[in-house]
Amino acid sequence: MSDNPVFQQIQSEITANPVTLFMKGTPVFPQCGFSARVVQILSHMGVPFHGVNVLADPEVREGIKSFSNWPTIPQLYVKGEFVGGCDIVTEMFQSGELATLLTENGIPHTQAA
Amino acid sequence: MAMPAAEIEALIRAALPDAQVTIEDLAGDGDHYAATVISPAFKGLSRVKQHQLVYAALQGRMGGELHALALQTSAPE
Repeated sequence: MSDNPVFQQIQSEITANPVTLFMKGTPVFPQCGFSARVVQILSHMGVPFHGVNVLADPEVREGIKSFSNWPTIPQLYVKGEFVGGCDIVTEMFQSGELATLLTENGIPHTQAA
Repeated sequence: MAMPAAEIEALIRAALPDAQVTIEDLAGDGDHYAATVISPAFKGLSRVKQHQLVYAALQGRMGGELHALALQTSAPE
C-alpha cells in the first residue's frame, strides 16, 4: 500500500469497518441525493454500516477518488473492497446481487430486496 | 459548469467506437444526465470496470464539469 497518508487513512477505515460508505453528509443527515439513496438502501436492508462524511475532510474527498479510481461520491466498500457508487449499488440492490454479496461476506442484513 | 449532451456522446464514442450510446438530459441544466452505453468492450467486465471505461472516456470531466451521470452499461446480448 502506498505511503500516501490519506490512502492509509482510507485503508484503515475500510479495514476496520466491514461496510463503509464514503458519502456527503452523515447517515442521519445525507447532504446529497445520491448519498441519501445508498443510505436508504443499506437502512432498508438493515445493514449496519460506517459512514464517512467526505464534506468534513477535503483530503479524503479527493483522495478517495484516486484511491478507487472512481470520480464521484458516494462510494461503498464491503470488507475492504470497492463495490460501487449510487448507480451500481442501486442496480445490485434491485437484482439481489447486493444481498448475495453481503451474505457471502458474512454481513447480517434483514431484507434481501 | 455544464456539458452539452453531444459532447458527452462524442467523447464516449471516441473511446468506444462500436458502442451504442443514448444520453438523456435529466434536469436541463447540462449537469445531470443519464447515459446508456452498450459495447462489446464491456464483455466479461464487472459493472465497476465498465463504468470506469466510460469515466476514462470522459477524460476527467466526471465529478467536475459533469456533476451527475447516471450510467447503465452492458455488453450486447
